[in-house]
Amino acid sequence: MKPAPFRYADPRSLDEALDLLSDETGAKVLAGGQSLLPLLAMRLAAPATLVDLNRVPGLDTVEATGDGVRVGALVRHARLLRQTPDAQAAARVQPLLARATANVAHPAIRNRGTTVGSIAHADPSGEMTSVLALTGGSVTVATPAGRETVGWQDLFVGPLETSLAGGAVVVDAFFPALPERSGTAFAEIARRKGDYAVCGAGVVVTLDEDRRVSAVRASYISVGLVPEVHDLTEAVAGEPVDSADWAAAGALARTLVDPDTDIHASADYRRLLVGVLTERTLADAAAEAVQRSAA
Amino acid sequence: MTTKLFGEPVRRREDARLITGRGRYLDDIGAGALAAAFVRSPHAHARVLDVDVEAALDVEGLVAVYTYEDLTGPMAEPLPVLIPHPQLHAPRTGYPLANGVVNHVGEPVVMVVATDRYVAEDAAERIVVTYEELPVVVGVDAAREARAAVHEDVPDNVAARHHQETGDVEPALAAAPHTLSFTQYIERSACMPLEGKGVHARWDADDASLRVYSSTQASTSVRAAIAAKLELSLDRVEVIAPDVGGGFGVKIVHPWPEELLVPMAAIRLGREVKWAEDRREHFISSAHERQQRQEITVGYDDDGRITALDVHVWHDNGAYTPYGIIVPIVTATQLVGPYAIPVYRVVVESVFTNTVIVTPYRGAGRPQGCYAMERTMDRIADDLGLDRAEVRRRNLITPDQFPYDHHLTFQDGRPVIYDSGDYPGLLDKLVALVGWDEAGALRADARSRGKMLGVGMALYVEGTGPGPYEGGHVQVLGSGKVLVSTGLTSQGQGHETVFAQIVASELGVPIEDVEVHTGDTRRFGYAVGTFASRAAVMSGNAVALAARGVREKAIRIAADVLEANPEDLEIDEGLVQVRGTPGASIPLRTVAVLSNPLRYAFDEAAKQATQFAKAGSDDKPPVAEGDAPGLEHRDYYSPIRSTFASGAHAAVVEIDPATWEIDVVRYAVVHDCGNVVNPMIVEGQVHGGVAQGVGGALYERMAYDADGQLQNASFMDFLMPYASEVPDIAIDHQETPSPLNPLGIKGAGEAGVIPGTAAIASAIEDAVGRRITSMPISPTELYDLMRNETAERTQASLQTGVPA
Ligand SMILES: Cc1cc2nc3c(=O)[nH]c(=O)nc-3n(C[C@H](O)[C@H](O)[C@H](O)COP(=O)(O)OP(=O)(O)OC[C@H]3O[C@@H](n4cnc5c(N)ncnc54)[C@H](O)[C@@H]3O)c2cc1C
Repeated sequence: MKPAPFRYADPRSLDEALDLLSDETGAKVLAGGQSLLPLLAMRLAAPATLVDLNRVPGLDTVEATGDGVRVGALVRHARLLRQTPDAQAAARVQPLLARATANVAHPAIRNRGTTVGSIAHADPSGEMTSVLALTGGSVTVATPAGRETVGWQDLFVGPLETSLAGGAVVVDAFFPALPERSGTAFAEIARRKGDYAVCGAGVVVTLDEDRRVSAVRASYISVGLVPEVHDLTEAVAGEPVDSADWAAAGALARTLVDPDTDIHASADYRRLLVGVLTERTLADAAAEAVQRSAA
Repeated sequence: MTTKLFGEPVRRREDARLITGRGRYLDDIGAGALAAAFVRSPHAHARVLDVDVEAALDVEGLVAVYTYEDLTGPMAEPLPVLIPHPQLHAPRTGYPLANGVVNHVGEPVVMVVATDRYVAEDAAERIVVTYEELPVVVGVDAAREARAAVHEDVPDNVAARHHQETGDVEPALAAAPHTLSFTQYIERSACMPLEGKGVHARWDADDASLRVYSSTQASTSVRAAIAAKLELSLDRVEVIAPDVGGGFGVKIVHPWPEELLVPMAAIRLGREVKWAEDRREHFISSAHERQQRQEITVGYDDDGRITALDVHVWHDNGAYTPYGIIVPIVTATQLVGPYAIPVYRVVVESVFTNTVIVTPYRGAGRPQGCYAMERTMDRIADDLGLDRAEVRRRNLITPDQFPYDHHLTFQDGRPVIYDSGDYPGLLDKLVALVGWDEAGALRADARSRGKMLGVGMALYVEGTGPGPYEGGHVQVLGSGKVLVSTGLTSQGQGHETVFAQIVASELGVPIEDVEVHTGDTRRFGYAVGTFASRAAVMSGNAVALAARGVREKAIRIAADVLEANPEDLEIDEGLVQVRGTPGASIPLRTVAVLSNPLRYAFDEAAKQATQFAKAGSDDKPPVAEGDAPGLEHRDYYSPIRSTFASGAHAAVVEIDPATWEIDVVRYAVVHDCGNVVNPMIVEGQVHGGVAQGVGGALYERMAYDADGQLQNASFMDFLMPYASEVPDIAIDHQETPSPLNPLGIKGAGEAGVIPGTAAIASAIEDAVGRRITSMPISPTELYDLMRNETAERTQASLQTGVPA
């Protein structure tokens, strides 16, 4: 389990990185390496050059504004869980991000792996892809031609596959703020603590001014080939938040998903969990929505 | 005696070294060595039609490529059947490199040697092997049905038919007031030491000698195997087990192909060569254990006492049988556990499959035997509506029945005669420790939280410390340092501490003065190995006997010098002294100096032993007849038979009826390994064993598909429990000394893992009221079971209406 030969470059600026990426055929960006290095070691990937982003300045900021949270390409998972002002601000604006991040792997991996790397890696078992989807987020992509914003719907093409061109660098990911009178929650079930989930669910509940349910959306991990957002509103639309039938929303979710069977869980079992996790997270998200409505 | 260390929780002396990165593991050795890598079969069963190495030849840094064609003499013959047995009628072993046919994914086909491992893998990747695929046999049922054969000349796939019986089982069953029959399964797991296997070899052409480091559990036997296979004289070969990062059984198998090929390459190339196994290699080319199908019929009376037991086991031995039928014999003979079974018959059919070989993994067949017996107890209890603890109690061998002869033949060829034990005592302690009688309250509490709760227990007896022998050497140096050596190897168990405790206690020296060496054939040439919970029993007693020999000699010499009666002397804190006469003493280190009469003084201390310094009788030779210079002694311990440790475990599980997640919320262990040398180390062994037991019950399996591809050959998908999945463990000890050995000890290494699967299966069954007949079980499988309308319910659940 040793990688095939590759060249290694550690550019000091984004332009230099983009140059290297466009010069070389078969170049790949290296961020935290937590997904890429195992692929290299198992020779499932054999890029000619690794372009290491870690010495490029300016990519390690977390910016929270009223619109949302922007996470730079070198921000590690662990950073979003710290009690620092930037992380706390981010958690106020879009609480789902940190809640889901707490479920990513183990501390050692969270210290190196990046939020943006997770998204660029496009693993439907990763938490971040689905958080980007559920929040309606996007990424900023840099190429030698310039910068563009790519929405989550246009980003994820298949498992471990994005629409990005080979030479592109994702410079940040943007997670829009949690809307007014809304609450969010995340839960997952993994075989062992810190493992990729057998099934996970993120939900957002929005209330109207009378504390009736006006919108319910959910996104699941390890269910399906690319992250999807499911609208569950019809199951509980207009119900008072205190007596909403979250189980009905769970039941609806079960009919909307199309999970796969693998060695850890059958498709049926995953569907069961979709229902259970939906019901459980909706109750939590609703409580938050009530709280935020009051504030 | 103030230096009493036997029985004390002395801190592990090896830990500081091992946990601060100062261990010296195989891959730390030979930084400049050439590296070997292997081309391994991607097919589970295929004929090798062609090996084309052409494309590899221009890889810069390639040094050599070897295929079967390059093997000569004994190397071209099949690997040895290490433990032959008359009932192993069709033994089969592979070749160091595939000869014509491959029988499992991962079997080595080509060895590449290059300047480093990266280059070796680059070259290996370019080698093209052409295969013709053959029908594949995966799983014990497929092997049994024999629609395809693993080995052409063994059409029924049966390698061995092992059979033991203690009476006439059929009439006994016919006469039984009740009988029941059932079939159950247990899956494969594996040892998974964090350090894989590894070999480093250096050939000294001038000296015509070979030094091999191997991450092994049996360095003396690896040495013998290398000498035989490479046609070297034994005295030209030395084998050393450096620090070994876990074994758990897989490293007792030898010689692994790599253990022969790496030295072969080192000799042919005249260069150091090293191979360090990677994780994927470990999954697909080392060893697994545990898959069995068990068909059980039991007869019992109205009180639940067993009158006859008939067991038919189908045991998956993988592609080859290098380790004989040790695992199924252990299952067959240890199955009876702590119970008096009047008539017992067991037949084991050991079958070939196109999968990695099956050899001992901690517990070595006992977890399966325990699963068969204990689940039988659960069935009887359920059938008669009795408490599971009570049914067990009624069947236990009682303390007055020892020595208890089961009339079976154990894995060492010796009778299964239990030397000592107190099984009712174990059960009583367990019931108290886990709160068995309060299970109802626990259940109610769990129900109030929306959870289902179940309790289960399992008892076992473990034959430990089998022979033939181990040896020990103890030497006191003029510096006062005490060197202890034994031939068996260490894989982190704490031997450096335990053997030092024993020697320090026996000899009367501070433990700081004692230095222990294991697994190095340069220091000790005779040994068997570390397996079957035998190190403390075998080498512990051997080093104790060796220390006693040293003590006797020291006292004899000191008595001479002090002009005292030997009976009046004692040794304490490294000082030989006349009991009750302060001042009349001599340090042990001085005795060591005097024990070796000298002509030449090389330092101050040595002067005391030179010919003009020492008063002595002119009419006796300086070294008395029958004596030897030096304060050292070598001794061996060879037991008449194994000594039988025992224990009882209980698990309390909580199940979430929404997600079917299974949580072991309480785990209790009562453990009896005779006299305990170091309770902290014993508890550590139990903890590690329980972790593996939980893994085997709830997480681990070898997910082979029908083509014989292992789907989960990585730590991402093979789920060993983390610390977060291992429950807190409550431990209680019982000490029933063994009458068989001088220290009265029994083995403790494997015990922790044995009852895990049985106890947890029982607890889950208790919680959900559905019969659990296949282990391990995961939430997704439990969900399937609960949805299955035809799944069998327990009598208890039908009566009490357990929620499910
Ligand atoms: C044991 C283990 C457990 C794990 N468990 C989880 C888990 O539970 N949940 C989870 O979500 N993840 C898990 N991970 C993965 C971890 O979160 C990774 O950190 C993450 O998936 C990738 O981030 P990275 O920075 O390490 O990316 P890298 O490994 O460096 O890169 C991954 C891929 O993304 C590309 N890439 C990275 N950054 C950029 C960029 N800025 N622009 C363009 N392309 C880029 C790389 O070229 C590569 O193809 C686990 C990893 C391990 C080793």
